[in-house]
Amino acid sequence: MQQIINFVIRNKTFLLFLFLFSVALALTIQSHSYHRSKFINSANGITGGLYSLSNSIDKYFNLQKENEILSEENKQLRETLFNLKSSANNSSIDTSYSDKIYKVFTADVYKNSYSLTNNYLTINKGKNDSIKQDFGVITSKGIIGIVDNLSGNYATVLSILSKKSRINAKLNTSNHIGSLTWDGDSPKIVQLIDVSKFAPVKVGDTIVTGGQSAIFPKGIGIGSVDSFETDISGDTYTIQVKLFNDMSSIGTVYILENRDRKEIIDLENNSDE
Amino acid sequence: MNSILGINSIRFFVLLLVQVIICSNINFLGYINPYVYIIFIFLFPIRENRMILLISSFLLGMLIDMFLDSGGVNAAASVVLAYTRPILLKTSFGMLYEHQSIKFSNTEIGSLITYITFGTLIHHLVLFSLEIFNISSILLILKKTLFSSIFTIILSILIIILFSRNKK
Repeated sequence: MQQIINFVIRNKTFLLFLFLFSVALALTIQSHSYHRSKFINSANGITGGLYSLSNSIDKYFNLQKENEILSEENKQLRETLFNLKSSANNSSIDTSYSDKIYKVFTADVYKNSYSLTNNYLTINKGKNDSIKQDFGVITSKGIIGIVDNLSGNYATVLSILSKKSRINAKLNTSNHIGSLTWDGDSPKIVQLIDVSKFAPVKVGDTIVTGGQSAIFPKGIGIGSVDSFETDISGDTYTIQVKLFNDMSSIGTVYILENRDRKEIIDLENNSDE
Repeated sequence: MNSILGINSIRFFVLLLVQVIICSNINFLGYINPYVYIIFIFLFPIRENRMILLISSFLLGMLIDMFLDSGGVNAAASVVLAYTRPILLKTSFGMLYEHQSIKFSNTEIGSLITYITFGTLIHHLVLFSLEIFNISSILLILKKTLFSSIFTIILSILIIILFSRNKK
């Protein structure tokens, strides 16, 4: 017994090092699996407060750019609105879409990273604004990511620039689907994998969300085909997708709630059993 | 004793803020960021207890991780750096360390550079290995380690020289 105590006292620095290192390692490993980084994340009062302070200063420098984006978006919305009016006058209204499936929230981005292997954004909406895990996050140009952790007033968003993220996407011209991943290299390019080799892929084609996941609606822009090649097995294409969004400069985002999400998931779970 | 505690706690929080608000948003050439918070570990008083150094560097790393959403990557790297610090001190300062009489404000610039360079390389190697966590992208790890280290080393040495000259 005496010897054990002596051993502990003699090697106390090393034992402390070992202990702290394994705690850090455990947290690291935990954070590498999706939805597990529960304890250490920036969706809490202290970090959120600090980021909100630095964002309130930072915001003024981007006002001009934000305005341009907003007016551009206004223009697009107006166009669709006018087109909708003219088509509504001509045809009967489709009753199946009378209930809005998607509810939209806006939020400011407080923190944005794009140079790490798994990137997160921190936004200023949280549980108090009835945001929940797995809501989709987009901008006017295209998708950003999926809501991951939440506190009262803040949430972290798992960016599409992450090795953990896999988002269902498809070619705009046909219905061939694939999953969107990121190889961690350039923040402008993501990869669309597992696309059938029968798909008619051309450089410059648009890639949009596939709408099979109950997170994003169908047809939200992601990017355009930069280049493509068949993968090692030769059965599928790996497509390099150039993102529409400049991931290094994101000011305001929209959060999408799919009101039928629970129903869809329940249904899918039932059919699995 | 009190002033040492005061200076080090101020340094702790100032470096934390500088790292989180400024240095992690530089993204030079898309992915190169300096990690200047390790200056706290470099300049921690030598005569103090090593346990305190280990615990405080763990806390600093953990807070950085909290801000950057990076799991426990920075905490692990800081703890490794804090544990290997005596070896680094011995190799770069030699006799001065044996006599426990190093003052970072008036040491030779050569030994200071060696000390910071080796420390930064160790810290960044652990940091990026854990962050990428994939042995097959070893080239990416080495690339990130090399470029970020150069940035960190230059900034750290500049900061240390600037602030130590002021105090004299």
